[in-house]
Amino acid sequence: MKEEKMNGEHRPSNTEHPTSNAGGDESDALKKKDRVILMDHGGGGQRSDLLIRERILPLIGNPLLNRLGDGAVFDIDQTRLAFSTDAYVVDPIFFPGGSIGRLAVCGTVNDLSMCGARPLYLSSSLIIEEGFSLDDLERILDDMDRAANEAGVRIVTGDTKVVPRGAADRIFITTSGIGVVDGIPFTEKTVEPGDRIIVSGTLADHGMAILSARKALGVTTSIVSDTAPLNHLTAAMLESGADIKFLRDPTRGGLASVLHEMSRDAGVAVRLHESAIPMKPEVSALCRLLGFDPLYVANEGKLVAVVAEKDADNLLRTMNHHDLGRDAAIIGEVINPGPAAVSLRTAIGGDRIIPWLSGEQLPRIC
Amino acid sequence: MIFINKTTNPGWTQGYRNPDTCKALSDHIHHISRKKVTVMEVCGTHTVAMFRHGIRSLLPSCVGLLSGPGCPVCVTPTGDIDALAAVSGNKDVIVATFGDLMRVPGSTGSFQDRRAEGSDIRVVHSAMDAVTLAMDHPRKQVVFAAVGFETTAPTVAAAIIEAERLNVTNFFVYSAHKLTPPAVAAVMGQGAATVDGLILPGHVCAMTGADYFRDVVQGSGRPAVVTGFDPVDLLRGLAALIEALESEQTGLYNAYERAVSAGGNRSAMALMNRVFTVCDSRWRGLGVIAASGLALAEPYSRFDAAREFGLSPLDVPDPPGCACGDILTGAIRPPDCPLFGRACTPSHPVGPCMVSGEGTCAAYYHYGEGLG
Repeated sequence: MKEEKMNGEHRPSNTEHPTSNAGGDESDALKKKDRVILMDHGGGGQRSDLLIRERILPLIGNPLLNRLGDGAVFDIDQTRLAFSTDAYVVDPIFFPGGSIGRLAVCGTVNDLSMCGARPLYLSSSLIIEEGFSLDDLERILDDMDRAANEAGVRIVTGDTKVVPRGAADRIFITTSGIGVVDGIPFTEKTVEPGDRIIVSGTLADHGMAILSARKALGVTTSIVSDTAPLNHLTAAMLESGADIKFLRDPTRGGLASVLHEMSRDAGVAVRLHESAIPMKPEVSALCRLLGFDPLYVANEGKLVAVVAEKDADNLLRTMNHHDLGRDAAIIGEVINPGPAAVSLRTAIGGDRIIPWLSGEQLPRIC
Repeated sequence: MIFINKTTNPGWTQGYRNPDTCKALSDHIHHISRKKVTVMEVCGTHTVAMFRHGIRSLLPSCVGLLSGPGCPVCVTPTGDIDALAAVSGNKDVIVATFGDLMRVPGSTGSFQDRRAEGSDIRVVHSAMDAVTLAMDHPRKQVVFAAVGFETTAPTVAAAIIEAERLNVTNFFVYSAHKLTPPAVAAVMGQGAATVDGLILPGHVCAMTGADYFRDVVQGSGRPAVVTGFDPVDLLRGLAALIEALESEQTGLYNAYERAVSAGGNRSAMALMNRVFTVCDSRWRGLGVIAASGLALAEPYSRFDAAREFGLSPLDVPDPPGCACGDILTGAIRPPDCPLFGRACTPSHPVGPCMVSGEGTCAAYYHYGEGLG
């Protein structure tokens, strides 16, 4: 089922509508009905969330894991560390703007960066299917090396396993990383009404690049994935002294899912302005063609920040001076909790709710 | 093959998203609206587009929007899902389906459940993908779950003709295709006396031409408008419909001239009519509607999965308490269903209106209508 392979992340990125009273029934349903793992359990939707909360955490949970952030942040002696891991199963393994190798390094670097950490060391474990091309493996490792150099991190430990043909799909990569946190962790900050929402650049580039790289879709585009290490950008943002209260890379589930998680955890609501959201015209065109909402599409080189209103313009200037933040924009603000956790003033002046989707978006039938 | 690059000029659609034009149209609608009217958008894509652009918030409170039977996944009855699930149990069979169908509950679980139990069920993006799948797996029999309206049926017809040309003998089609005008007629005849005007499906009309709906619209005694999916299309269509209702006109209006002609895409329709023949068909919630489905025509019957595997969909009742049928006909709104948002949610749907992204219940659920 290559169509449904995706950049799997071991964290819940979605549950469904926060105002729904469905939680109890749903979790009972999971316990009663689901006896085996379905693709939905890895889809980032409510089933993923329930799998983690109802099945995984009760068995291996602890206060650090239970927080379910991008990574764990903890102190050892006088040093505050961030630690994160991620498995990569993207299909296709080579795509415009990157590869599974580049993604595996950037993804973990970015998870650490979003904890406010300086990423330092990475591990790399490879699961390779029998028959996999050595040339392709070298290309992937080259990409990993280049991405590590770009980020200024080193891959210092690794593992390689080969499995019989059919036991894996070509190659799966898992990377883990550690970094040092210099400032106050974001978990101790309070997001409040008036704070501004900033994204670091155009949305949906990665997800639409991956989709259009799949031959089955029959679409040829010039869309390039944005896969990139964000640690230099976050370092500049932290150095600016701006009161940043929340930082996240909107990967699977996109911007909308990140904002839903944030508003749930902080007990606030978010209002976005559609006309302020940066998008490449070709990405926007493909989204429209397929009926996709770009707010839910994955990014791999973008971040969303929540910053105190007084510092928003300064932070935006800092970001705009950085290569990976050239197109950064203030796209909305935090407001008092209301009927909708996340809402949008549409480009034509209408208002609508940004729902919390339950799973992957699929191209429409008609 | 479609090409999209940096130079693909989105300008031609930007005009249809122009905020000033939308403001003017919205002001116009406010200006002309006097009566309380209820308008049904037949097509699920319209329902979602209305939500997505915030159109509802731009309309006067006297204009109500209701969703109709225009989501192909939603109107596919349990019996068809069960028939396909049954054939998927055959170890020599690969079932190829559009992604939307994966989570639709049958009597004994969904395709997703079947797949986890070992059935070979694959998501494809087109019928042609299923032909390719058959060619790549010559020892398997590939059954394509053909669900859709007049928009999809011509592409399936083209795939069948291609399979014939390439002499692919292991490709089969389970045709659950449906035709839209008989359903519109049925809905207007059933409980939907509350519907004052219709928004006709723009994508279907691009294929069939607007005239295809002329008889049905005439029979309904209500005005109808064909329109597209960008904000200006939606507001122009609504303005035309409200103007007609305020002046007590009936008739068929086309506000989607850039895509829909009177006669439609004649070569696509010719393909559809060559490969398929009209048959009676069961719709979820509407029952059997005469001459509302498409079966394979005799010259192409060797591609017919129903014949090859002896599949005859049983008349399976809808799940207890599920009001999808009443929702499809506009008799009630999703929040009026006792299961909505409680026992029935997108991750554990009871009825199909909650499964498809373009299903009425899923749209209401996601966009927060009717939830606290």
